[in-house]
Amino acid sequence: MKRAISPSAAAALIPDGATIMIGGFMAVGSPHRLIDALVAADKRDLTIIANDTGLPGIGIGKLIAAGCVSRVIASHIGLNPQTQKAMIAGEIAVELVPQGTLAERIRAAGYGLGGVLTKTGLGTLAAEGQKIIEIDGEPWLYAPPLFADFALVAAERADYNGNLSYQLTATNFNPVMAMAGRIVICEPREILPIGAVPPDSVNTPGVLVDHLIERAV
Amino acid sequence: MKPDEIIQRRVARELHPGTLVNLGIGLPTGVSQFISPHDGILFQSENGIVGMGARPPEGMEYAQLTDAGGSFVTAVPGAATVDSATSFGLIRGGHLDATVLGGLEVDEQGRLANWMVPGKMVPGMGGAMDLVTGARRVIVAMQHTARGRPKIVPHCTLPLTSTRRVTLIVTDMAVIEPTLDGLVLRERAPGVTVAEILEATTARMTVPEDVPEMDIRAAAG
Repeated sequence: MKRAISPSAAAALIPDGATIMIGGFMAVGSPHRLIDALVAADKRDLTIIANDTGLPGIGIGKLIAAGCVSRVIASHIGLNPQTQKAMIAGEIAVELVPQGTLAERIRAAGYGLGGVLTKTGLGTLAAEGQKIIEIDGEPWLYAPPLFADFALVAAERADYNGNLSYQLTATNFNPVMAMAGRIVICEPREILPIGAVPPDSVNTPGVLVDHLIERAV
Repeated sequence: MKPDEIIQRRVARELHPGTLVNLGIGLPTGVSQFISPHDGILFQSENGIVGMGARPPEGMEYAQLTDAGGSFVTAVPGAATVDSATSFGLIRGGHLDATVLGGLEVDEQGRLANWMVPGKMVPGMGGAMDLVTGARRVIVAMQHTARGRPKIVPHCTLPLTSTRRVTLIVTDMAVIEPTLDGLVLRERAPGVTVAEILEATTARMTVPEDVPEMDIRAAAG
């Protein structure tokens, strides 16, 4: 059983300099109140692993705008010119990873795999500095697992065991991140009594979730 | 007819009933307006939906039902939503019949560059590299030139999206098929001559004796 905590109590668990996975896709399915709490706590030097950096002032864009972030690993920063500007100015280091490879690198970490082999990115800038492994004469690009100190995920529903279910396109990176983060903090839209989420509806089992964020109102 | 509409109408005819298709953000997204719901084409979006529908009417949006650009969409009856790892399993694993993407350059080897302009625009590749690598057919939908500068070139000067040879290039002037032996001019847009196409293209291209006018009637092939 888990007692829900406030977003600010959760933010207090996260030190400056931490590596954090944050769920969401263009701010859809991101843990917005946790992001607000990190900004309010004036975190510094965070490494963010996420699909994208949201939009200016929206989703992960709030962390960028507040100067909380020193490094980003993402597939796309095109909808947030502030991230691009900070990258060009040398204020934020950005590593761009093909979206499918990013998902697999996170999944590999959570699933206990030594990485994955993919054709995506072979012969492009994405392969620069990466290992190419030949198997039966076929070249593959090696993508190492991607770990994080924390995974901050959003879910549609949780129960007090931490069982999570997601909704529509708010699912995105949340399930793989919930597997990969060393400490997993989930911000669900609502928390139901134990037993009220049918086992078949659980996408992330509660054993993976360390902390739940209390409901908004 | 606007150049983009010519491209979108022609691309629509490349999409076949009963297939799974991913449309890129921007010009490619507009292809869907020339597809009838009765064609049975299922649209996939890499943020995790199989069976994406049109934009919802104003006032009927739902915050957790969006496309890869973060815009509100609908889901067709029978749609499925999946997480990002599964979504890219569909894309990379050969389960996606076709992807339609915009382009900055395509070269004589049929290689596409569409994700960055060094020093100017570095948005990131998003899902583009996986889509071009994994989809069974890759259709590039783009204007033939950019402010008069040819985009179909001998050798890409911009960073490649993939080394894979794309299936077809559809522009507002022509339909071009990259083959093992190089580019072949297949069709010309209404009112456009072969000479005009060659003038606007710096890549070498085989020109068959007969280059028919492209069919842009709004119906899937």
